[in-house]
Amino acid sequence: MPTKLVLLLLLAAFSVQAQAKETPADNYKAYCVQCHGSDGTGKGVNVRDMTVVPRDHTDAKAMSGRSDETLFKAIKEGGPSIEKSILMPPWGATLSDEEIKELVQHLRMLCKCKFG
Amino acid sequence: MKRIIFVVLLGFSGATLAEGGMLQGSCAACHNTKGPATQTLKTAFEKKGPDLFYAGNKYRQEWLVSWLQKPGRIRPAGMYYGGHIKAGAKGDEIDASTLTDHIALSKADATSVAAELMKMKPHDDLIAKEKIEPGTIPKQMGEMAFTKFLGCMACHLIEPEYGGLSGPELYTAAKRLQPQYMSSFIRSPQAWEPKSMMPNKNLSEVNIQKMVHYLETLSKENANAN
Ligand code: HEC
Ligand code: HEC
Ligand code: HEC
Repeated sequence: MPTKLVLLLLLAAFSVQAQAKETPADNYKAYCVQCHGSDGTGKGVNVRDMTVVPRDHTDAKAMSGRSDETLFKAIKEGGPSIEKSILMPPWGATLSDEEIKELVQHLRMLCKCKFG
Repeated sequence: MKRIIFVVLLGFSGATLAEGGMLQGSCAACHNTKGPATQTLKTAFEKKGPDLFYAGNKYRQEWLVSWLQKPGRIRPAGMYYGGHIKAGAKGDEIDASTLTDHIALSKADATSVAAELMKMKPHDDLIAKEKIEPGTIPKQMGEMAFTKFLGCMACHLIEPEYGGLSGPELYTAAKRLQPQYMSSFIRSPQAWEPKSMMPNKNLSEVNIQKMVHYLETLSKENANAN
């Protein structure tokens, strides 16, 4: 009986977490589109006065020059962590590591490219 | 049967009128007036207005009274921004045709709704953690930090025609907001709104204080806006 209860509690905890996780497409739409644009080409509604333009995520040439680890780091810790602009914010307080990993794969889909 | 429904309806409207009727009635159609904060993006995308359930921790009462009578735009791209943009020649732009004017209240209604709003303080805990150091910052220095070193200009206007458009304009922020709310929100947007489209930029205490002082300087200059 006690083990059953523990199992049940565990299950409840997991399902809450599963619920909290968002799809990469929704995360991109909520957080990235404001700068990277609704089609991912770096022409978001915010760019007018920005001194450094957001990366075009559909640019296969530039994006294939970045490893998945570098993209992960840029998203989690922000531009300066990969010697890029402060205008690229850190999303570590917004997204879980798992969500960031899935966003990296989402970027690979946008650029239709992989590293190397 | 019909009569029962009628009686129930009467009961409801009686109750809403009694306790701040307008707020929980017409305002609640677009604003979250009861909490808790939005926990999923699905509901964040559907938001029709900013949350008001912690209004007493957030706004300056005198600003509420005057803005509710003469509401001007605060978020250039409305709420939520993604629902008010369209593809333009140079990229995404605001689709002004989708933005509507806010309802304006009479002086008496604005005063009583503002008083109701100021009672809603579920986040006294977050506010109590903040201590604003007295001080000022020259506008130039504040602007340098805001734009160059901290990258806040990407999403916020600091002049009617300068800055980003997805967040609320900030040249009027200090007139609108309590200083402790500003520092708490800058410290952790997610503590207030888990799905906030503002990232936590991990500012040091010194920089948080700088930003609050800067926003105060800006609002003094723009005393006549909004
Ligand atoms: C406030 C605007 C802004 C937002 C919001 C934003 N970015 Fe960026 N991002 C930028 C800018 C500007 C750059 C370019 C930095 C540079 O070149 O120095 C950039 C660069 C990047 C890079 C680095 C690309 C490279 O190889 O140099 C990645 C990856 C990235 N963004 C992903 C994202 C993701 C994913 C999101 C959403 C979770 C996001 N960005 C949200 C502004 C933004
Ligand atoms: C049709 C939807 C709608 C209704 C009804 C509505 N509001 Fe709003 N309200 C909005 C939107 C959208 C904004 C954001 C405006 C902006 O940023 O420019 C807003 C902004 C506000 C703000 C400023 C909040 C902030 O943080 O910027 C206050 C205060 C407010 N509304 C109070 C009220 C009250 C009180 C009522 C009822 C009398 C009400 N609203 C009814 C949609 C609505
Ligand atoms: C990626 C875009 C983005 C960046 C970068 C950003 N903000 Fe925000 N900010 C927002 C959004 C969106 C809101 C509205 C909050 C919400 O709805 O959750 C906001 C809200 C605020 C508020 C409260 C305003 C109000 O009327 O409610 C303050 C103060 C603020 N930001 C200051 C800053 C400062 C200081 C920085 C730089 C350290 C910054 N922001 C960087 C998007 C951003």
